[in-house]
Amino acid sequence: MKKLLITLLWVPLMAFAAGVELHPDKAPDRSRDHAALQNGAKLFINYCLNCHSASYFRYNRLTDIGLTEAQIKDNLLFSADKVGETMTIAMRRAEAKQWFGAAPPDLTVIARARSTVSYSGADWLYTYMRSFYRDDSRPTGWNNTVFPNVGMPHVLWELQGEQVIGADHKLSLAKPGLVKPEEYDVMVGDLVGFLTHIGEPMANFRKQLGVIVLIFLAVLFVFTYALKREYWKDIH
Amino acid sequence: MGAANVDKYKSNGSTAGDLLEWVDARFPLMALWNDHLAKYYAPKNFNFWYFFGSLALLVLVLQIVTGIFLVMHYKPDASLNASGVPVAFASVEYIMRDVPWGWLIRYMHSTGASAFFIVVYLHMFRGMLYGSYRKPRELVWIFGVLIFLCLMAEAFMGYLLPWGQMSYWGAQVIVNLFTAIPFIGPELGVWIRGDYVIGDATLNRFFSLHVIAVPLVLVGLVAAHIIALHEVGSNNPDGIEIKKKKDENGIPLDGIPFHPYYTVKDIVGIVVFLMAFSVVMFFMPEGGGYFLEYNNFFPADPLVTPPHIAPVWYFTPYYSILRANTVNFFWIDAKLWGVIFMGLGVMIFFFLPWLDRSPVKSIRYRGPLFKWALGIFLVSFFILGYLGMLAPTPGRTLVSQICTIIYFAFFLLMPIYTALDKCKPEPERVTG
Repeated sequence: MKKLLITLLWVPLMAFAAGVELHPDKAPDRSRDHAALQNGAKLFINYCLNCHSASYFRYNRLTDIGLTEAQIKDNLLFSADKVGETMTIAMRRAEAKQWFGAAPPDLTVIARARSTVSYSGADWLYTYMRSFYRDDSRPTGWNNTVFPNVGMPHVLWELQGEQVIGADHKLSLAKPGLVKPEEYDVMVGDLVGFLTHIGEPMANFRKQLGVIVLIFLAVLFVFTYALKREYWKDIH
Repeated sequence: MGAANVDKYKSNGSTAGDLLEWVDARFPLMALWNDHLAKYYAPKNFNFWYFFGSLALLVLVLQIVTGIFLVMHYKPDASLNASGVPVAFASVEYIMRDVPWGWLIRYMHSTGASAFFIVVYLHMFRGMLYGSYRKPRELVWIFGVLIFLCLMAEAFMGYLLPWGQMSYWGAQVIVNLFTAIPFIGPELGVWIRGDYVIGDATLNRFFSLHVIAVPLVLVGLVAAHIIALHEVGSNNPDGIEIKKKKDENGIPLDGIPFHPYYTVKDIVGIVVFLMAFSVVMFFMPEGGGYFLEYNNFFPADPLVTPPHIAPVWYFTPYYSILRANTVNFFWIDAKLWGVIFMGLGVMIFFFLPWLDRSPVKSIRYRGPLFKWALGIFLVSFFILGYLGMLAPTPGRTLVSQICTIIYFAFFLLMPIYTALDKCKPEPERVTG
């Protein structure tokens, strides 16, 4: 009775965390690999940026990962006119909601949002993009073990091929795609690396600056401590 | 303050000296300088715990200055932009990306919020260790508790502004608590929100309160806290009054001028604090999900309730007390008991000066009863804080109920155990 009371009272305030804890695969670190990040940008713009926006991220910030403005303009600018524009899309949200059940979310900070205390958002995305399987009961024909009954179809299916789910809930490749499974993992790693990068484009600079600031403070500590010692030497 | 009209500044003939004399004849500049810094005699035996007062002042200034710059670019607007993102949420990301050094200012402000509570909790604990709330410092303490209350309001309303999922649902949960008040509850909830749910009206009023109203009160209370402190003089780790032993000039034998001695000492403390602050701000600005909750990177969505709503770490002990109340009792709903006990949990600090009956102030000369009581209180406070971050289970609720009882017993039984305690004699003069 008491248990019931406790449950009933707090359900409106605080629902219980979802039953099974997720253990996603560790995403590779691409934060300092410009070639991989550029490949991730290419994949993102080709495959994701039709339904998902990255509306806080400006094309010209791709110069941070080693591209020139001319390269951006010639190769990556499909849905914008100027490199100073943000990565928006033309699809209307109301229509998208009709088609997919929910409007596809903006992805600029998705890698930060999907983080938890136990794993990073990159890990979640890396596992999610490799966990689609064929499910004829879904309107899109696709389902996902990380995000059950997700509205999104498997956009990279041509590359990965088609996975099916077994009775043991394990995924297996039923129909191979254009690339080998190892190559697909590398591609998803690049894509997730790019999503992590746009989540906080200044992250590398932030850490570099932090080292300089800490060195400065350490030097300042020596002087301020000496000053304190000097003033306090006759206080007993 | 009595000296304000006597020792007026006399110029030494230099231009700066003439200017100072001119000002001092018209404004009590030297009197203020002397009363609060150069001739404010602080005990010479301050230890580590005494850094946190000046650090709290530093963080207050940091929050105000970074806040001023954030307000220049932030937009308190819950409507959706063309990409379907709330304008408020997008404006925070605009600050993070397009405003020069905006990311640094924003991280300073978000890290500063948690730093403020760390520093203030330690500052309060110092007061409890050394009996700083005891006569004649009751008003210093009361102003301090009022500052703590304001800080909680300030942090709560500030957390709504990024307009993420945790901002939204955290505010929803807390404002809903007010609806538990009998008769006026539901109307009160609508009055606070300005709407039936948290919405644009709520965002705008919380912005106004966070940026203008509460900081104004906070700064006034901090001034009152310091004026009251400088009127009665600082306590010290020995808990004895240095004003009882004075030299022929009326200066306490164990006192040293705050400036330059404690100004140079506090600068060292500030540098060490800034190092710890920088480690968080530059290398882990989310503080592992405790300073910036990950779920708050999802824009607020009134239609999607997150599976787990937890307040930021500094509210979790009180959130646990709230949730520990699960029994309807005396015809009053358990939820209302939760609100009452959560409120009492903060308010009870006001009564500390009169609950403590010990003949000594400092823990150094107290007996074992108080030491055990304070230790157990501290442990249960940490447990409550930890449980407040987790989803409740019947086992966890039971533990938080036990800890809630300990929390209140620490205060309510204090008149008994402090009077019974076997204290050691206090020294005549401060010890190192």
